[in-house]
Amino acid sequence: MNMASILIAILFYFATLMFVVGLFYRINTYARTPAPLKIPTTPAPTTQSGVVLRMTREVVFFESLFKANLWIWSMGWLFHASLALVLMRHLRYFTEPVWGWVALIQPIGMYAGLTMLLGLLGLWARRLFVERIRYISTPSDHLMLLLLIGIAVSGLVMKFVAHTDVIAVKSFFLGWMQLSIGTLPGDVVLYFHLLSVVALLAIFPISKLLHAPGVFFSPSRNQADNPREKRHIAPWAAGLEK
Amino acid sequence: MADVAAPPYRTIPIIPALKPGSMEDVRSFVANDKINEALGFPGQLVEDWHDKAIAKMGELLTKYRSLKVYMDACVHCGACSDKCHYFIGTQDPKNMPVARQDLMRSVYRRYFTLPGKLFPKLVGARDLTREVLDEWYTYFHQCSECRRCSVFCPYGIDTAEVTMAAREILDSVGYGQKYANEIIGKVHRIGNNLGLPGPALNDTLEGLEEDVKDATGIDVRFPIDVKGAEVLLITPSADFFAEPHIDSLIGYAKVFHATGTSWTLSSMASEAGNFGMFIGNYDQLRTIALRIREAALELGVKRIVVGECGHAWRVAYSFWNTLTGVGDGADETDRFAQMLQKQLDHRYKQPMHICEFTWDLIERGALSFNKEANDKHIITFHDSCNVARGSRMGDFAGGQFEIPRNIIKAVANNFVEMAPETTREQTFCCGGGGGLLTDDLMDLRVKGALPRMEVLQQVVDEHGVNFMATICAICKAQFTKVMPIYGFDRRMVGGVHQLVSNAIILGDK
Repeated sequence: MNMASILIAILFYFATLMFVVGLFYRINTYARTPAPLKIPTTPAPTTQSGVVLRMTREVVFFESLFKANLWIWSMGWLFHASLALVLMRHLRYFTEPVWGWVALIQPIGMYAGLTMLLGLLGLWARRLFVERIRYISTPSDHLMLLLLIGIAVSGLVMKFVAHTDVIAVKSFFLGWMQLSIGTLPGDVVLYFHLLSVVALLAIFPISKLLHAPGVFFSPSRNQADNPREKRHIAPWAAGLEK
Repeated sequence: MADVAAPPYRTIPIIPALKPGSMEDVRSFVANDKINEALGFPGQLVEDWHDKAIAKMGELLTKYRSLKVYMDACVHCGACSDKCHYFIGTQDPKNMPVARQDLMRSVYRRYFTLPGKLFPKLVGARDLTREVLDEWYTYFHQCSECRRCSVFCPYGIDTAEVTMAAREILDSVGYGQKYANEIIGKVHRIGNNLGLPGPALNDTLEGLEEDVKDATGIDVRFPIDVKGAEVLLITPSADFFAEPHIDSLIGYAKVFHATGTSWTLSSMASEAGNFGMFIGNYDQLRTIALRIREAALELGVKRIVVGECGHAWRVAYSFWNTLTGVGDGADETDRFAQMLQKQLDHRYKQPMHICEFTWDLIERGALSFNKEANDKHIITFHDSCNVARGSRMGDFAGGQFEIPRNIIKAVANNFVEMAPETTREQTFCCGGGGGLLTDDLMDLRVKGALPRMEVLQQVVDEHGVNFMATICAICKAQFTKVMPIYGFDRRMVGGVHQLVSNAIILGDK
C-alpha cells in the first residue's frame, strides 16, 4: 500500500458516490417533472410498445442522428458502440471468476479501444474544422473530448505499448469493492488513466453527459401519439379545472 | 414590400457560410402597455425584470419536463445546425437551432447548474444581462416553432419548446411581442384573430351563400350558431374572407352539402387558431381553447371538425383533449371532460380534421368528382409544419401525409411531389409560422421561405407545376405575400378543399 493507491482508491469512492447519487438525483428530477402536453415529434408510434421500439432504435442505432448527418452519426455511433464494448471488457477487472461472455468479448474489446479513439478524433475534427460546429462549441465541449481521448489513449498505451501489471490492478479493484485498499502498480500511465476516469465519473451528473439518461425522458421521443384516444393531463394542469 | 429582395437560390444546396449578426437588427415590434395588460402581462419591462425572469425560468423548469431535459441534454453535436429554414435563408449563426437554444441554455447553466455557477466561461454560461434579454427577444422571434430541428436531434430536443418558454418568460416581465399579443387580445375581445365581429361574420356568410348560388346554381348553406347541428366546424378566421382561404371554406361547405350533413359554425368560437401556443402560455392556450368546449356544449353538437389550419390542428389534435376534454378516453371520475365526452359521438374521431372528414366520405363513395375541373392545375403539396410534425390524421402514424395527398389525387389528375428531403416529416416551414406572420418581420419571412421556394422552382421547371396546395391558413397567407418576391404568381397557392370545391359534383339537393 502506498500514498498514490490510497489517494486513487478514495477518489474512486468519491467519484462513484457523486456519479450514483448525482445521476439518481437527476433521473428523479426528470421523472417527477410533469409533461403537461402531448408533444411527440410526429409521425410517432401510437402505442406504448411502439414507443419502446422507437426509443430502442434511437438509443441503439441513433436513428435521428442518421437522418441528420452521416459524419456525426458514423463517428458518434462508432465511439459509443466501441465505448460500450470497452466498458464490458473492463468488467474483467471487477469480477472473479470472469463471466463467460466477458471473457468471450476480450479480443473484440481490445480493438474497440482503437475504434473508440477513431470515433472521438472524428468528432473532434468536426468540432475543430467545421465552421458551424466550431461556433457552437464551448471550451468544455473540447475538454470533454480531450478527457475521453486521454482515457482511450492511456488505456491503449497500457495495452499495446507499455504493459501495466493488470493482475495487480485487478486485485486492487477487487479489494476496493470490498472496502479494502490494496496496492496499484507504480505506473504513471495507469494513474493518468484512472484519474481521468475519476474526473469523468464526477462530472457526469452535472454536465452534458446527462444526454444519456435525458434521451429516455425526452417527451418528443417517449410519448405515444394517442392524444385523441386518451386524455392526458398533468396534476398542476388538472388543478385549473377545480 | 419593394424594399425586401429574395435571396438567390443556392446553386448547390450546400450549407451556407456563417454571417454573424446578419439578423440582429431584425426585431419584431414590441407590444405596448395596452396590448400586454389586456392579457394580464406587465405593460412594460418591469424594474426587477432580472429576478422575475430567473424566477419564471425556475418555475417553468419544474412545470415542463421538456424544458428541463432539453436544457441538460444537448451535447452540441450540430445535427440540427443546418436544418432551420431561417438559418439557411439568413446565414445568421444564432438562427441555428442549437445556437438559438443556447441563448437560453447559457443562462440556465449560469443560474441553475453547478459548473455554470463556478466556471461560467468554461461551460458557456452567461449572466442574464439586458443585452442577453434583448437577444432573446430578437432571436426567439425568429423561430417559427416548426419542430424541423427536433426530427434530427438524437435526443429529440425541440427548439419550439425552448422558444415557447423564452416567450413566456419575456411576457412575464413585460417584454411581449405586439403581433401575437394583439391577436390574442382580439380573440378574447371579439372572438377571432382577425377581429371580425359577429354581424360582419353573418354578412360574410350570407354573401358566400349568394356567391356559391351564382356560381353553381345550388343553395349551399353556411350556417352559424345552429343548435342541435351534428357537426361544429372550427376554422381559422382567415377562411371567412382572406384569399385564397375562402375557397377552401366553400369547399368544406360543399362537402357538407353533398352529403347532407347538418353542420354549423359558432360565433363564439369563430377561430381555430390559438396563438396561446406561440407564446408558450398555458393559461392563454387553455382559455382560448375553452371557447370551443363552451360552443360545443351550448350548441349540443355530436362532432367537432377543424378546418385547414396548421397550428390550430396541432392544438386541436394534440392539446384539446388535455385542455378542454374535446376527445375521448377521459377517466370515469373526470367530470370536467366527461361532461363533454358523453355528448360527443365516439364512432368518429374527436376532433376530426376536415381532410379526415372528406377522405372518409370519399372512401365510402359518398362523394363524386369531376376531376377534369382541376386539369388546368399541375399540383404539388406543401406539408405544413404543425400538421406534419405535431399531429396526425387517420389511424396510422403518417396519416397526416397520406390523407391530404389522397384527397388531391381523388379530385385532380396532375399531382407531383417536391424533393423528398423537403416534404413529409422533413418539410420546411413556409417562413411565416409561429407568430411571425407580421409585416415587421418581412425580411425574415422572405429569407425563411428560401428552402421551400428552391424546391418549388425545381418542380415548376421540371413538371410545370402551377399550384401548390397546403392546409394551413398561415402558409396560405405567407406564400401569397412572399411568392411574388420570388417571381411566382401569388395565385399559385391554395387549399386542398379549394381543389375539392372545383371538382365536387353537388347534384341538386
